[in-house]
Amino acid sequence: MSSISCKDLCKTFRQGEEVITGLDHVCLDIEEGAFVCLSGPSGSGKTTLLNAMGGLDTPDSGEIIVGEQRVDQLDKAELADMRLHHIGFVFQAYNLIPVLSARENVEFVMQVQGVPARQRRQQAQQVLNEVGLTGLESRLPAEMSGGQQQRVAVARAIANQPALVLADEPTANLDTRSAAHLMDLFVTLNRERGITFVISTHDVRVMAYARRLISMRDGMIVGDEHQEPRVMAVE
Amino acid sequence: MHGSLTAVATLAWRNLWRNHRRTLIMLMAIAIGVWAMIFMSALMRGMTDQMVRNGLHTLPGEVQIHHREYRSDPSVVNSMEPPSGALLQALEGPPIAAWSSRVRVPAVIASERSTRGVTLLGVDPAAEGPLGSLPDEIIQGRFLKDADDRGVVIGASLARRLETRLGKRVVIMSQDPDNNVADRGTRVVGIYRARLSGTEDRFVYAGRTVIQGMLRIDNLVSEVALTADDYRHVSAWYPRIEAAAGDELEVMPWTELDTFLGTMLGVQDGFALIFMVVVFLALSFGLVNTLVMAVFERVREIGLMQALGMRPGLIMAQILLESLYLLCLGLLLGNVLALVTIKPLEAGIDISSVAQGMEMMGMGATLYPVLSVWDMGMSTAVVVILGLLASLTPAWRAARLDPVAALNET
Repeated sequence: MSSISCKDLCKTFRQGEEVITGLDHVCLDIEEGAFVCLSGPSGSGKTTLLNAMGGLDTPDSGEIIVGEQRVDQLDKAELADMRLHHIGFVFQAYNLIPVLSARENVEFVMQVQGVPARQRRQQAQQVLNEVGLTGLESRLPAEMSGGQQQRVAVARAIANQPALVLADEPTANLDTRSAAHLMDLFVTLNRERGITFVISTHDVRVMAYARRLISMRDGMIVGDEHQEPRVMAVE
Repeated sequence: MHGSLTAVATLAWRNLWRNHRRTLIMLMAIAIGVWAMIFMSALMRGMTDQMVRNGLHTLPGEVQIHHREYRSDPSVVNSMEPPSGALLQALEGPPIAAWSSRVRVPAVIASERSTRGVTLLGVDPAAEGPLGSLPDEIIQGRFLKDADDRGVVIGASLARRLETRLGKRVVIMSQDPDNNVADRGTRVVGIYRARLSGTEDRFVYAGRTVIQGMLRIDNLVSEVALTADDYRHVSAWYPRIEAAAGDELEVMPWTELDTFLGTMLGVQDGFALIFMVVVFLALSFGLVNTLVMAVFERVREIGLMQALGMRPGLIMAQILLESLYLLCLGLLLGNVLALVTIKPLEAGIDISSVAQGMEMMGMGATLYPVLSVWDMGMSTAVVVILGLLASLTPAWRAARLDPVAALNET
């Protein structure tokens, strides 16, 4: 489920009269358990590619296979099920549900999945401990800092034990220390749970954690290199 | 599925209270709308009930039994034998609460100064009392003592028109079965007042045996009137009486005896429903606006839920549940408000200032609102069904949002 294969992906957007190229014949394979950063300036197509991989957006042409599934051929309900059961999302703007506490936000996806209440609660508590939010379970998003909120979002993304986490600029709104903590957490989860991470960023400090760095510009892949992570997770 | 619905139900409830002021204003609007629906229906039902009861009082009875030709020719020729055998047995059993046989013929009453056409009723006071068909109030003199009483009781309005009074002699005239004039001089022993002055002009009461003697019809009667516990349920029991009466006699419920009266209940229900729908249509604009605003303010959140894997159907269910919560709370408040305001008024509202106009509609000077479970149920059904239908559009729009566009909404 965690390997991703994109073949000849194209996607354009219309902005008034202007046609903007989001993805321009993108071909890409990501192996299971990878820790990949998509880098590039704003408008280079990073988010569009992530959205296509996660089934949030459909390409105009080309094919995407996530695990065994042709994502580009699924209907809305099937895409929703795939996201619910197999993919964790972390967004730039935390995106928590404001009327739910930290624990309820984490439990939400499991609740929709139909996980029994007791198991749900245990799993939520475990991931909240894992992301360092012990004691903050009952707080509403508005009562937490940006870093804490992003950790809740990560806890929510991994609570249903997905094989793939797609993170779109996850550190963009965080200070340096919180960003480092978050990336440490990603690296640990990747190493210990084997979760495949695909992170879009234009922050060089985040890129330093990646084992594979894919560069994009104008909707095209312009660089793809494997590297030794320059920053390792703090144990 | 159960887990998903629980998650959606929790979210819907909490989202409802995110904007307290808006929710409370909408709640008040729904509550007042529901109250208005039930209150107006209670007044209308009170009016209808009174019109029907007054009509039944005049008929009288919820069911009448006649000779088959009597209704087309209500003369003494079309009289019937008093009940006996299977019919008597049916009349004495439940659910019949009271019954009475009477002579009812067109007649002329003459005083020293004037003459009027009336309906002469030869009654047995002991049987008519439980039937509720006796005059409302005797304002002078007394009512008939029994079926052998030789006096007559006339209405106050008729007494004025005849320019006669208590104790004066009058002559009543009708026809016997051989079409000969049957008449007798008698004395006014009582003057009654009725809720409707038309009733006072129309009915003259005399002892049944005395009238039977005057008309030379032995123990024959014109009609048997009977009543049970509630005029609304008459169709449930009158076929049994019909079967017991046999083919010789005609058994008719009040809905057929007075078709105008019979259609009143249906018309009342129809008007109440139309009024409820109109009130709700006005309310629905507020409701839809509230939901549209709620969706508009939460576009990002809805996009997030879609991104997390919530199916469009569940998003739609969440918005509909929010609407349902709002409607149910409004209904609860509206019903309680209706109960609190209508119950004290059930003792009667004085409408004597418009009594003359109301009398034309068969009503009296006091209006008795009727708080009906049916009206409460109907307003609940109207509010819930139309409310959910009105909520479908905002819910559908929320479910159709594009997750990427929604997540990028600022």
